[in-house]
Amino acid sequence: MEFFKNTNYDFLGKKWPFIGLSLLLSAAGIISLFAKGGPRYGIDFRGGALMYVKFAGTPPVDRLRKAIGARIPVDVQEIVGSNEVIIGTEVRSDAALNAARQTMDQTLEATFGAPAGKLDINNTGASELADRLREALQRAPVAMPEQDLQALAKNVLTFRDTPPRSGLITSLDDLAKVQGVTPAVMNVLKQETFPGQFAVRQTEIVGPKIGADLQHQAILAVLYALGGMLVYIALRFEWIYGLAAVIAVFHDTIITIGLFSIFNKEVSLTVVAALLTLVGYSMNDTIVVFDRVRENLRISRREPLEAVINRSVNQTLSRTVLTSGLTFLTALSLFLFGGQVLNGFSFCLVVGILVGTYSSVFVASPIVLFWHNFADKRRRPAGVPAAVKDNARRGAAKVK
Amino acid sequence: MKRNLQIKFGVIAATILLCLFGIFGLPTSLAQVKENFQKNIHLGLDLRGGSHLVLQVQLQDAFMATADVTMQRLQEELKKQGVVLPPMDRNSPATLDDADKIQINVHGVPVDKTSLFRNLVAEQFPDWILTPVSSTDYRMTIKPSEAIKLKQDTLTQTMHTIERKINALGLAESSVQQRGRAEAEAELLVQLPGVDDPARIKALLQEQAMLELYEVKDGPFSSEQEAMAKHGGVLPLNTKLVHAVARDGQASGYYLLAMSPVIRGTDIRSAHAGQGETPGRWETDFVLTQEAAHRFEQFTESNIGNRLAIVLDGSVISAPTIQNRISDTGRITGAANEQEASDLALNLTAGSLPARVVVEEERTVGPSLGADSIHEGYVAGLAGLIAVVISMLIYYRAAGINATLALVLNAVILIAALAYFDATLTLPGIAGIILTIGMAVDSNVLIFERVREELRAGKGVAAALDAGFSKAFLTIIDTHVTTVVSCAFLFLFGTGPVKGFAVTLVIGLIANVFTAVFVSKTIFDWELSRKRVATLSI
Repeated sequence: MEFFKNTNYDFLGKKWPFIGLSLLLSAAGIISLFAKGGPRYGIDFRGGALMYVKFAGTPPVDRLRKAIGARIPVDVQEIVGSNEVIIGTEVRSDAALNAARQTMDQTLEATFGAPAGKLDINNTGASELADRLREALQRAPVAMPEQDLQALAKNVLTFRDTPPRSGLITSLDDLAKVQGVTPAVMNVLKQETFPGQFAVRQTEIVGPKIGADLQHQAILAVLYALGGMLVYIALRFEWIYGLAAVIAVFHDTIITIGLFSIFNKEVSLTVVAALLTLVGYSMNDTIVVFDRVRENLRISRREPLEAVINRSVNQTLSRTVLTSGLTFLTALSLFLFGGQVLNGFSFCLVVGILVGTYSSVFVASPIVLFWHNFADKRRRPAGVPAAVKDNARRGAAKVK
Repeated sequence: MKRNLQIKFGVIAATILLCLFGIFGLPTSLAQVKENFQKNIHLGLDLRGGSHLVLQVQLQDAFMATADVTMQRLQEELKKQGVVLPPMDRNSPATLDDADKIQINVHGVPVDKTSLFRNLVAEQFPDWILTPVSSTDYRMTIKPSEAIKLKQDTLTQTMHTIERKINALGLAESSVQQRGRAEAEAELLVQLPGVDDPARIKALLQEQAMLELYEVKDGPFSSEQEAMAKHGGVLPLNTKLVHAVARDGQASGYYLLAMSPVIRGTDIRSAHAGQGETPGRWETDFVLTQEAAHRFEQFTESNIGNRLAIVLDGSVISAPTIQNRISDTGRITGAANEQEASDLALNLTAGSLPARVVVEEERTVGPSLGADSIHEGYVAGLAGLIAVVISMLIYYRAAGINATLALVLNAVILIAALAYFDATLTLPGIAGIILTIGMAVDSNVLIFERVREELRAGKGVAAALDAGFSKAFLTIIDTHVTTVVSCAFLFLFGTGPVKGFAVTLVIGLIANVFTAVFVSKTIFDWELSRKRVATLSI
């Protein structure tokens, strides 16, 4: 099967509408970034406390806002499609950090947890559960060696944490299926514990200083990586190719971050990892095209550069579409099935692969062409012979 | 089969075996296959649940403590020479950055003793710089070289204490390390995989567990004002007012204590929790070191009938009356439950932290989320892989099998390499794997498209394969090296997650050059060697 056979589209002839679209998207992203005062950084970069809390049913968002909001300013966000909320608070000083977390913890437990005197089984650890049951079992009396007790506590919690329960037991009766839970043990469990309505799935607390550090380091690492790639490509091709490739990648990053800003999505450390992935994909695409251009230039010295680039893009078109299509499929499956943790990550990839593929053809290639045309024009008044001109075209930097 | 081909297949088979051994070991049963896999592949905190903490060590505490000891020693040494000075004082740097601005103020050195004083400081306290403020007053500041050493020592000591606490808790695979490259960076990174009760662990680690026993000079008072009023608005020399927490029958209030303690945290040899005389009451018993026991014995003997304050982390937790001479044991009663008593015992045995630690960053992933992430990642990964494989088989027919084999082998090598390097697989690491798979698919597509082109140009099957592979190889090298270069920078300048991404990606790319180019070509060569092929299914 083949989709493209000896195609001959005039890609560069139609570059203007696409360059216009690129500029429009970039501008929209940049405007949104400026209007909102930069990207919406996640807690990792901004400093603050964040809790992912899962509820048994529809999360009582308003009650949460009221209960916790009465004590500290919070932002309660519902994750659509799951019974989860993200409770976040921005913290400007290190000292307030733990206080904020504790307040969130305590208020949750007081509002939605177990009644006084009982242990909330959805928010406990194995050792705490074992400690709680030890004396009660003795009193019951259920004879149980310490080893069995520890194993029991562990089994109960493992049962609680495996899907489909995923951390939340709604009724203690469910525990009857757990190994070691006899009717007598069940009685003790019912007497000592209670299934609270929520489970804390994830907690992130980042001090403002560390947040700033992380932000700084992530940006620096990406910039150095771009610089490194520029130098390598410049050495393997010509400097303008390196610059064009880096500009194309930069263009993809700007558009993606812009879209994050437009859709009000948070840029977290995981998203940075996704941005790195998209930089990798886009760079890969661009190099494949450039490689072909270099090869074709070697074969046909007399052909104008525009035609050579066009032919190269056409020759690699089948590969470009297939590879991008397949990686896009993978990213899409991650976006659809990957769960909420990977949501920002896969969104970034889905957007990035589309933009990255297109930028190799309509951003990177035109830049190389523009530069060579510009370099030629400057030379032409001097009356350069055709053969030399062609040489110059291929190695403008060296001749200059 | 040609000899050349045999060698190539040998290399491939050896690689596969080596990888499988790295991932599964030498299992004897099916259950062991799973067990070895879980043992060899380390999942990061974000995937399996657990806590990641960054603790900032409040170094200024150690500087203040050093200044206190220095002041005490200086007074003693001067007394030996027959010089008794009025009390010295020191400043209290509030933040970490000001820690080395610590200074001791010496007042009232008699003019005729100036040279004696100066010589004494120069000889016995070489870590300090003495600066005259007036004819009788001096200021002592810590030498920069000594400040650096003190910082490093405090960090190392804190790290070891936290390590001891973690070990005592029996948390496997946990780690404590200094964060950042600079030596002055006062941050520790604590990784606690699989912890299901992070709040307790965090409290335990932060607990400075500085147990001190003081002589009670006066009290209790219900408020600071009351204490001040009784002493005419000025605290008596060498005393301090310490808050007492409400605990076990003791009301909250204030005690006036001696400035320096009789017993310090370092004097405690061991501690353990036990049931009190009344059942259900928990307490912590501690044993003093020999040298401290001797000191304590003398002190208690001469202070029978007086009160002794037990101070934990700066608060009086009880102030019992000394009934008789005590030598080496003590007891802290009034724990709310068994856990509190045993946590305190653990902390006292592990030793006190030389400085307070503050949690700067915490990332805790609950065990249920970890389980979900693994499950979802697995489903998504599998769905993606199946989609890719089916498309490749449809589009490239028989050659698609080559590509699939290369892809699977690539994944196997990548996982095996992670196992061999003891690397940890994290979420960003998975991002690296996804990019690797993408580039692996791309390599195959590049090669196959090139081969098709050569076939279209009229070349024979063998010639088209050779030309296609060698031309695509150049492109593959360029794309791969570029990415490796960027990974090198990410690894050098990035933080944890970015580094994890870079490492997995580099391993994957190297594996990819091997599988997409070498393995795939070998399979084609083998097909050609079996029979004369006129057309290629590609």
